[in-house]
Amino acid sequence: MSEHLYKYLRTETFPTPFCAGCGHGILMGVILRAIDELKLDFKKMVFVSGIGCGAWIPSPHFKTDTLHTLHGRPVAYATGVKKANPELKVVVISGDGDLAAIGGNHLIHAARRNVGLTVICANNSIYGMTGGQLSPTTPKNTKTMTTVMGNPEEAFDLCKLVKACGAKYVARYTVFHTKPLIKAIKTALNTDGFSFIDVVSPCPTQYGRRNQLPTLYDMYAFIKNRLVHFDALKKYKKEELAEKIIIGEYRDED
Amino acid sequence: MIGMAEIRLNRKWCKGCGFCVEICPKDVYTRDTKVSPRGFQEIIIKNPERCIECFLCEYLCPDLAITIIRTQHPINKETLPNDL
Ligand SMILES: Cc1ncc(C[n+]2csc(CCOP(=O)(O)OP(=O)(O)O)c2C)c(N)n1
Ligand SMILES: [Mg+2]
Repeated sequence: MSEHLYKYLRTETFPTPFCAGCGHGILMGVILRAIDELKLDFKKMVFVSGIGCGAWIPSPHFKTDTLHTLHGRPVAYATGVKKANPELKVVVISGDGDLAAIGGNHLIHAARRNVGLTVICANNSIYGMTGGQLSPTTPKNTKTMTTVMGNPEEAFDLCKLVKACGAKYVARYTVFHTKPLIKAIKTALNTDGFSFIDVVSPCPTQYGRRNQLPTLYDMYAFIKNRLVHFDALKKYKKEELAEKIIIGEYRDED
Repeated sequence: MIGMAEIRLNRKWCKGCGFCVEICPKDVYTRDTKVSPRGFQEIIIKNPERCIECFLCEYLCPDLAITIIRTQHPINKETLPNDL
């Protein structure tokens, strides 16, 4: 990452705790670039995360207030922070297991209540930290530590869920879409109300290793072949979309 | 000849995932042949003069370890990879 962004980091905590080739590091850089481009006052921002590898993105690396909270509860803590001091920009950055499995209820109700938060889900479609168990977002037919024959279930589309709950801005990109992702994060940070971005972040160590994709580049090639843009959804049948990754901004259906 | 971009690699932060080697459209980086005491093949900046300042490596380095300092020379947009 460009050295001019080092001012946002506690450089003494580096290198990151992530494995070689972890997408969470790319996401960390992208979030900082979006904040830098918006020229936000970093000291007026609070980053809240739960437990998991994704939760390590802001904490302890960001040089501002961070809350590293209980597993599944970052959205609840963040709601408290926002209610106590509405002037703060409160951003939740956490994993898919944290936000969608154990913390699923907090997510849907924060969206329903339209709490002024930005939630960024570092979605590696697995429980990375605890050894690679199945998560609600694991794609159909892929292998994890707990589904060695392949996942028989369809993945949860978190964007669709949060959108249905009334979120004001919802988008999904992969960490490789750096430019559109920066734009989406900027829009989310400027949104008045609840905004949610699902970021597909590859985990070569726990997910890739079990699916013959041991490096970040293998994961990149795999993800690239599965992308479908939200605007092109009508061209596909429902069964065809089961293994696809929908990217773009989720707009209201007409 | 176009001016040369300065490529800075923060070796203390790099974990040697090698994504820069694979993503670079101009073959600027390569891996060392032997494994370093840190347990991976260190990244070598083999052809810095080939850099077209597309910034793919800087944006996509998972360890935030690469910084590209632009030359003053305007770059040719057509040489940029446009699949991302
Ligand atoms: C109450 C509770 N239950 C279970 C755990 C064990 N645990 C720690 S991290 C984790 C999953 C994290 O997955 P995710 O949020 O997707 O983060 P990732 O590591 O994949 O980035 C689990 C189940 C815990 N710490 N606390
Ligand atoms: Mg995860």
